[in-house]
Amino acid sequence: MTTIIVLVKQVPDTNAKIAVNNGRVDLSAVKMVMSPYDEFAVETALRHREAVGGEVTALTVGGPAAEKILKDAKAIGVDHIVRIDSAEEMDSNALQTVLTKAVQDLGATVVYCGKSAADTGAGSTGPGLAERLGWASVSNIISATFSDSISAVAPGSGGNVKLSVPLPAVLSCDKGDFKVRKPNVKGIMQAKKASVEVHSIEAPASSVTLVDQSLPPAKPAGKSYQGGAAAAEVAQLLRDEANVL
Amino acid sequence: MTQTIVIAEMTTNGVHSSTAELITAAMTFGGEPTLIVPCTDASLADSAVGMGAGSIIAAKSDVFANYDASGWAAAIDSVAPVGTVITSASPQSKDLAARLAAKRNISVVQDAVKIQNNTVTSPVYSGKAMQSVSINGPTVISVRSNIFPAATGGASSASVLDTTGKIETSVQEFMARASQRLDVSEANIIISGGRGMGSPDNFSHLEAIADTIGAAVGASRAAVDTWEPIPHSMQVGQTGKTVNPNLYIAVGISGAIQHLAGMRSSKYIVAINKDADAPIFQHADYGIVATWEEALPVLHDSLKAMMG
Ligand SMILES: Cc1cc2nc3c(=O)[nH]c(=O)nc-3n(C[C@H](O)[C@H](O)[C@H](O)COP(=O)(O)OP(=O)(O)OC[C@H]3O[C@@H](n4cnc5c(N)ncnc54)[C@H](O)[C@@H]3O)c2cc1C
Ligand SMILES: Nc1ncnc2c1ncn2[C@@H]1O[C@H](COP(=O)(O)O)[C@@H](O)[C@H]1O
Repeated sequence: MTTIIVLVKQVPDTNAKIAVNNGRVDLSAVKMVMSPYDEFAVETALRHREAVGGEVTALTVGGPAAEKILKDAKAIGVDHIVRIDSAEEMDSNALQTVLTKAVQDLGATVVYCGKSAADTGAGSTGPGLAERLGWASVSNIISATFSDSISAVAPGSGGNVKLSVPLPAVLSCDKGDFKVRKPNVKGIMQAKKASVEVHSIEAPASSVTLVDQSLPPAKPAGKSYQGGAAAAEVAQLLRDEANVL
Repeated sequence: MTQTIVIAEMTTNGVHSSTAELITAAMTFGGEPTLIVPCTDASLADSAVGMGAGSIIAAKSDVFANYDASGWAAAIDSVAPVGTVITSASPQSKDLAARLAAKRNISVVQDAVKIQNNTVTSPVYSGKAMQSVSINGPTVISVRSNIFPAATGGASSASVLDTTGKIETSVQEFMARASQRLDVSEANIIISGGRGMGSPDNFSHLEAIADTIGAAVGASRAAVDTWEPIPHSMQVGQTGKTVNPNLYIAVGISGAIQHLAGMRSSKYIVAINKDADAPIFQHADYGIVATWEEALPVLHDSLKAMMG
């Protein structure tokens, strides 16, 4: 049976304004949601299940509050929801070590995740997890078809390339050229009743530690012009003042 | 002092000039970085001479003919000494950075824009905040382009290490679709159009300017979602590509927060929009309140005259 895992992470709503207090981003007033690319990962996982059979488990590493996005995934149609309990910030080595153990414990043929999380923007988790599992990986896929292997489309040098990916593998998902499904009433009811499986896995100490968060430096006000004729002056400034041509 | 290793960013003709910036970034840890040039033809490594590396290793292997994360990480791991590794922050190099760090059971920090005293700063929350972390021990760090100055001098020749035969690749490329245009994630100059362009056909005006100045053409999500001929691969923003070119020209783009997320770190931003209140103007170094119909022909003529 094909066992499919999809990684989902809770992040601040991307429309939210980010505030900083005492050198730390303050998320207390911010709505938390599933990281946008993870929605494409969930959709791809469900399509994989529909094509070949099997079961989909949504997995997150986080505190109890992160269960909301697991319920969201359940409402859309995943079979199982699992949270690995963690309170503290982990560096990529710690997080990937925990995820590797979790995927090994659950057993999986394929893991889908987001291209990058909306908070870190890193894109490290998919390829890092694959390396630790000794699996193949492709990052930033935009579509996939499923059989004994997966054929995926991802950006390569000079355009998109179609790749044949042997299983087991980890695939990170970019925004695909398809719609992600929304939960229906039945799904929402089932998600309410569903219970989250919670595990704990020991994480190694982090060697990368947070020092400080701040707002990006404000840009000095730019120059403003009225009317299209000013484009000639701007072109000159791009060469002589900005030095970018 | 940690040993530092830089992985060269490659083009089809040799080592990309931005590699010299990576060497400057590596030098913030002290010492002379070792540059590893992933290649199928060792002579390509000669183009790294003068980029400031203490030594240059041409890592020659058939795996480098096409990108495969696991094959590349294994081949590079087999020739790179232990230490802190610096890569570019192109999508492919970020992927490689993550894979290489995992291979060595160390951590990776992506998209560095500043490195000082073992403290690495990068944008988080789609550029809405900056985060500094302290690193303790060997780490893999990807570094954004156009931030560090280029290093010069250094080793005058490359030594060759052959890794062919040791490495297996698993992922097979079976259909390449070459696009003729430069991709936004690889470009130093980007000109992007939004819904204000009115129709996909009008993107030809952007393409003409792009051809004059060697730019890539990008688009807002509204343009990509509204018009079939504008592919998602052109989309800049939170659910598109994150870019940080030297110059970003936004035409008929309002400047929604999700679009800004993908381009606000561009060194210079030009905005052309008929609405003086469009939010994009708050982020523009040069803002032109005009329709594109009025501004683009003037811009193109001036650029053509300048590029001569
Ligand atoms: C979760 C999420 C993710 C998103 N991700 C992205 C993303 O990755 N990238 C992205 O771009 N957006 C993204 N969006 C959408 C974003 O919110 C905006 O809707 C989008 O960026 C608007 O595109 P636009 O500026 O082209 O269109 P509009 O907002 O419609 O702006 C068009 C502009 O053109 C100007 N204009 C009209 N006619 C002319 C003319 N003749 N000459 C000059 N100017 C003219 C108008 O004054 C206006 O400012 C996302 C939204 C969500 C909710
Ligand atoms: N704590 C986490 N729990 C579950 N999945 C995660 C977690 N962190 C990252 N991921 C997954 O990895 C993807 C990339 O994250 P990142 O490497 O931080 O950019 C996310 O989109 C998620 O799919």
